Amino acid sequence: MTVLKVLMISLILLTFCSKLSATAITEIKAFDGVKAWLVEEHSIPFVTLEIRFKGGATLDRVGKRGSVYFMSALLNEGADDLDASAFAMEMERLAVELDFNVYQDSLSISFKFLTENKNDSINLLKKALTKPRFDQEPIERVRDQVLSILKSNAKDPRKIASKVFFENVFGSHPYGSMKDGNLQSVLSLNREDILNAYHDVFNRNQIFISAVGDITPKELRDLLNEVVEEIPANPVKITDQVIYKLPGGNTVIDFDTPQSVTIFGHGGIKRTDKDFFSAYVLTHILGGSGFGSRLMTELREKNGLTYGVSAYLASWEKADLILGQFASSNNTVMEAISIVRKEWAALAERGVTADELQDAKTFLTGAYPLRFDGNSRIARILVGMQSQGLPIDYIRTRNAKVNSVTIEDIKRVSTRILKEKNLYFVIVGRPTS
Amino acid sequence: MFIYPVYSLRTLGLVLILFFHSSLEGNSSEKVTTFRLDNGLQVVVIEDHRAPVVVNMIWYKVGAADEEMGKSGVAHFLEHLLFKATNKLKSGEFSRIVEKLGGSDNAFTSWDYTAYYQRVSRDHLGLMMELEADRMKNINLTKLNIETERKVVLEERAQRTDSNPGSLFAEQRRAAMYLNHPYGIPIIGWRHEIEQLNLEDTLAFYSEYYSPSSAIAIVAGDVTPTEVQELAIKHYGPLKPNVGFKERRRNSEPPHLAERRIVFEDKRVSQPYVIRTYLAKERDPGNQQKAAIYTVLAELLGGNETTSVLGKALQIDTKKALYTSAFYSGISHDISNFGLLIVPTEGTTLEQAEADLDMVIRDFIKDGVDENQLQRIKAQIRASEIYAMDDVFGLARSYGAALTSQLSIEDVKEWPKLLGEVSSEQVLEAARTLEDKKIAVTGWYTKLPKNEDR
Repeated sequence: MTVLKVLMISLILLTFCSKLSATAITEIKAFDGVKAWLVEEHSIPFVTLEIRFKGGATLDRVGKRGSVYFMSALLNEGADDLDASAFAMEMERLAVELDFNVYQDSLSISFKFLTENKNDSINLLKKALTKPRFDQEPIERVRDQVLSILKSNAKDPRKIASKVFFENVFGSHPYGSMKDGNLQSVLSLNREDILNAYHDVFNRNQIFISAVGDITPKELRDLLNEVVEEIPANPVKITDQVIYKLPGGNTVIDFDTPQSVTIFGHGGIKRTDKDFFSAYVLTHILGGSGFGSRLMTELREKNGLTYGVSAYLASWEKADLILGQFASSNNTVMEAISIVRKEWAALAERGVTADELQDAKTFLTGAYPLRFDGNSRIARILVGMQSQGLPIDYIRTRNAKVNSVTIEDIKRVSTRILKEKNLYFVIVGRPTS
Repeated sequence: MFIYPVYSLRTLGLVLILFFHSSLEGNSSEKVTTFRLDNGLQVVVIEDHRAPVVVNMIWYKVGAADEEMGKSGVAHFLEHLLFKATNKLKSGEFSRIVEKLGGSDNAFTSWDYTAYYQRVSRDHLGLMMELEADRMKNINLTKLNIETERKVVLEERAQRTDSNPGSLFAEQRRAAMYLNHPYGIPIIGWRHEIEQLNLEDTLAFYSEYYSPSSAIAIVAGDVTPTEVQELAIKHYGPLKPNVGFKERRRNSEPPHLAERRIVFEDKRVSQPYVIRTYLAKERDPGNQQKAAIYTVLAELLGGNETTSVLGKALQIDTKKALYTSAFYSGISHDISNFGLLIVPTEGTTLEQAEADLDMVIRDFIKDGVDENQLQRIKAQIRASEIYAMDDVFGLARSYGAALTSQLSIEDVKEWPKLLGEVSSEQVLEAARTLEDKKIAVTGWYTKLPKNEDR
């Protein structure tokens, strides 16, 4: 099945919000002041629970890169009285869905269960989160899988491009290496390292929770009390702030493939900066989703140089970038890069037109409420809001922030943040110029 | 935050599971209604009133398997070109209008269908239908559109296929699977044929197949059938069906008398594996039982890495495999296929891996079905119906795929029940067909021999 246009996976900073017309968020206070946001939706007999721990892969200890990622892959490989097989069978019997994902700054847990199996399902979740076994059998089995993935990544131009890009941008900071580790570190990880990673991540002071579905506030509070109480509260480890200093330029990595892949970018803007929304609208005009962005128009629609190009604000806890990416045949990629540079400079110099700004605002404000269809989507949005420290009424105020951006704001912010000379490209392929 | 691509270990990061995963999904509980306009257009309404959002889709019963010999890729190329000018709209204006409303739009092509959609606020449904009706009949293409967009499609092919050895391997396997049926050609087209596609080919395909009588409109979300009916009559009603439109006429498969084996070597390959696919009956209207059996068989053999027959034997008990899977999709206009996959652990040759796979299948046929496992799978089938209701876009998409493969709404609704009725005996009988390698293609995906690797 071929999708016409690359629907750019939303790597954009999650600026969650909306006019959730019918949806009311209730704040639940559970054990030790842990809060959860709930949207009740009783029309379908299931519940989605999203739990997020801040910290993520940056909590890997020195020399133990990949330990948090590895640990997360073992969380549904046995807990308490259930070994890996018994745990998997119990998941099947209850028809729950339980997924773990690790990012540089967080570990996220997505749990879906049927109302009819509520008690047994919660019991299983509680075991997974508070009594993981980390048996040697799954450790070795999953290690072989991770090693296979790492070796495959070493021959994947996209993976090579992001690895080199982040290594060069972030150096020895945790953001400068891939969260899944490297062959050497993953080979060396033992059960004790996995347990350390587990204890470092599962910290009650770093937990954020949301729930959407067929559950009442009281039921959710009881459920959370049971789970949260057994997760200890520990001091929070702070990662260093990154100051972006890399000069602009190109790094070419030779790889025998017909089409070059490139990742590019430079320093960005903080989520809390007063100019953030202006930058957000600006980046949408430059390289946002859909077909109308300047980069998409120039590279794809006018010149047929790529299948898809995007640029977006990427924010971590301790670093902010503007990033972009595309692929283009070896004999056209350098031409495409020069067009990106030209568009970057033109936008910094001349800003946007009134029409472009108006279109961007109507798109961004109109698209916002459309994000809130589906329990699972809403739950992810709510937990994202909490972990970013956004207030519970943010959904109602967000569109006004987008609408308040003026053409002068865009002019000022484009000069402030778009630096064509600082643009750094990593190109993997055999570009010819 | 979400900067690095997300890989779950369960999918091995090899993106295998995206392609090799059979779908249990049943859709029996949601509110679905249908009616037909005088010009032949079928309209399907899927109600979900939780959010004021609507998905508007048009599905054409034409895809890559309907292309003329030598014109591979024309269905998909035309899909791209439907975003260019019409008699009313300028090139790109369709998407710009949708975006101004905060909506999103896109399209996709398969062997059996080409579909277009928009996701917008419920108030804009009428406008979306007006725009779809317009481009069903009034595209206005230039030579320059063709030149530029052909480059885009070639870049798309470079990105998705030529830069990805796993995709190239899949393309070759499929070509070997079908001896005579056009399912053997890639949807995006062979590169040398894409390079030759021109304005005339594209317009010929368009005027033959884009007609209300060969289309299905699907509207899903916060709407009622009455509203949709009014809007559909207003916007789609005036469209004239094509005169002389013929039903699909595709070549069919002759008996497969020779086992086929292919070896794909590429220096970009890091992790070797073996995949075997067998011809297998698809879901047909009023006749879906065989497909239901294959669906359950795929789950039993390879649905879960830890508890399935292959996973338990090869990943857990003997550590011969890093990953295993069995996959089947019954949604197909013509004959489908059933597949087995083994990704061996380091030190296990592909020859050995294939023998291991065969041995586990033989043992399964000998030992029979674990009734507990069958019951757990059936519990998951029931749950997947409930979870599926959370994703109205996904529902609309699965109805579209089913209906363009000739199934009716009744067939779709009956599917979960049929899955629930599958017995151990039926599963074993189907498993025995996996011993017939004459109907199969076995593919080895491997690195270059050491001395040829750089």
